[in-house]
Amino acid sequence: MTLAAPSPTMATATLTTLIASRRRAGLLAIAGLALACLLLTIVAIGQGAIAIAPGRVAEILMARLTGDTSLLEGRDVLVVLNIRLPRVLLGLLVGAGLAVSGALMQGLFRNPLADPGLVGVSSGAALAAAATIVLGDRFLAGTMMKLPFAALPAGAFCGGLISTLALYLIATRGGRTSVATMLLAGVALGALASALTGLLAFWSDDRQLRDLTFWSLGSLGGASWTKLTVVAPIILPLLLLMPLLARGLNGLMLGEAEAYHLGIPVQRIKALAILLVALAVGASVATAGLIGFVGIVVPHLIRLSVGPDHRLLLPLSALGGAMLLVGADIVARLIVVPAELPIGIVTATIGAPFFLWLLLRRTSLIDV
Amino acid sequence: MSDANPILSGHGVGFLAGGRKLVAEANLELLGGSTTILIGPNGAGKSTLLKLLTGEIKPAGGEIRIAGEPLAAVPAWRLACLRSVMAQHARLAFPFSVYEVASLGVDGIGRALTRQRREAIVAESLAAAGVIDFAGRRYQTLSGGEQQRVQFARVLCQLEAGRSVAERQVLFLDEPIASLDLCHQLALLDMARAIAARGVAVLIVLHDLNLAVTYADHLIVMDQGQIIAQGPPAKTLDDALLRQVFKVDLTLSRAPAPGLPFLLPQQHRARPAA
Repeated sequence: MTLAAPSPTMATATLTTLIASRRRAGLLAIAGLALACLLLTIVAIGQGAIAIAPGRVAEILMARLTGDTSLLEGRDVLVVLNIRLPRVLLGLLVGAGLAVSGALMQGLFRNPLADPGLVGVSSGAALAAAATIVLGDRFLAGTMMKLPFAALPAGAFCGGLISTLALYLIATRGGRTSVATMLLAGVALGALASALTGLLAFWSDDRQLRDLTFWSLGSLGGASWTKLTVVAPIILPLLLLMPLLARGLNGLMLGEAEAYHLGIPVQRIKALAILLVALAVGASVATAGLIGFVGIVVPHLIRLSVGPDHRLLLPLSALGGAMLLVGADIVARLIVVPAELPIGIVTATIGAPFFLWLLLRRTSLIDV
Repeated sequence: MSDANPILSGHGVGFLAGGRKLVAEANLELLGGSTTILIGPNGAGKSTLLKLLTGEIKPAGGEIRIAGEPLAAVPAWRLACLRSVMAQHARLAFPFSVYEVASLGVDGIGRALTRQRREAIVAESLAAAGVIDFAGRRYQTLSGGEQQRVQFARVLCQLEAGRSVAERQVLFLDEPIASLDLCHQLALLDMARAIAARGVAVLIVLHDLNLAVTYADHLIVMDQGQIIAQGPPAKTLDDALLRQVFKVDLTLSRAPAPGLPFLLPQQHRARPAA
């Protein structure tokens, strides 16, 4: 009856131990990263021109959460709650959003190279953001002044959505997504978007040009509670709904036809993933500018340590991405005090060499 | 074609692509407990017919019914309980482990089962496909034949998980033995027949005519998009059909014991070029 007959009971026992240890490792990784993320958040809030001890930061945050106002006095309280906290929260949100977007796109395209930054989705969002800054400022000044901030994420979101859809449509023929076409089309779309963004820069005045430079290098500097309340509802759906996509993406690893045979609603999974990625990337680009390499470095690091199962990969990528961006923001704030380095420079200078090192060391594991 | 209650039936099924008829007017029935083997030369439309029957592509004409319902009306998740498919190419993006690949078969439709039951199904299927010793290895590090057996284990998982929901099931295998050695070819086909014996309707696409006539209860011969002949293997295949469909001038012989026909490709070399 069997194709080969070793000792099935022995092998089954070994298998049960294997599965149990893998599950333990996964849960441990989630718990460990969540704890590390929390600690980093507290440390990050303490860093800056006015240094605040992590203990005091924790005290202020706890007091704020419990509503205990007796401890909420002094200049450091103001710094923590009004300046540092929104900035770190924005970093967590954008970092998690970018890393999960990367993991989703890699799953969707079944390709380890897919990343919103590499395949032109971010450039599309940045172009739309630039268009909102320059053209909106020029032609719609009257109406724009009423909703100056909400228009930017909305514009960037549309840009991200249009480029994601265009990419998908170009690369998909007869239900199959061609990986080579996708990458080449992404490069072309990215180049086109960058060229148009350059054209907008050429047309812009000094103030608009300064704003544009901000988009292209990335920064968490503009963080405020107002921005957070606009951005959080756009990025959070991605983080909350990603468990719904995990099983489907696992099935998609076999190919779309096989996923359909397994009973996975392929079209619905693809549509939801594209929508969520476009939302999250659009919102990140609108608030923090173009931040590269988070979406590609983090998911690969997670795959190398716990494997490619999306049920673990997606939550761990969220935690890892959040930590990477908050960590990079600490570097950006401290390295050229009192000035601030754009965070995109930090993530790319850390991310690119790290990625190359990863490729050289573990090529066989990344190969498809 | 006389059973009153086939699990899957197709009537006048056709499919067009680029103005060419890839499948035309196909009529067939898959019966529970029976192994049907589909043969035909390259480009005969075997894989297209299989895609039509699994619901992967929609027919341009005709009707397909599965378990009494029109195929197109059955939602994907319930279809996954009714039929399990092993496709021709076993590709996989990202380095999943063998265990993870096999458990894809129960992850979707086995959600109602307990975790212990799901894990037991995966372990049994891996053992049955003879790949349980590779369970912790990365799928990409296996040979082509081993990968094919892992895919077979995945299909077994899905069939078993689906059994808790659907009693009448179909198993589709598209060239399942293409990369296997002879021992594993025979073992896999033995298992397919054992599954059929449980009441499942099995449809296999094969290229090896000797194995096809050995394992089929019902043989379907396709050529240029059409079903040329079908029936019990001993009555379906003859020398004229071989010449017409497969373009080989060979004579069917009879094996001594059960009287099944077989071919000796040696004849081809012995014969002077015609």
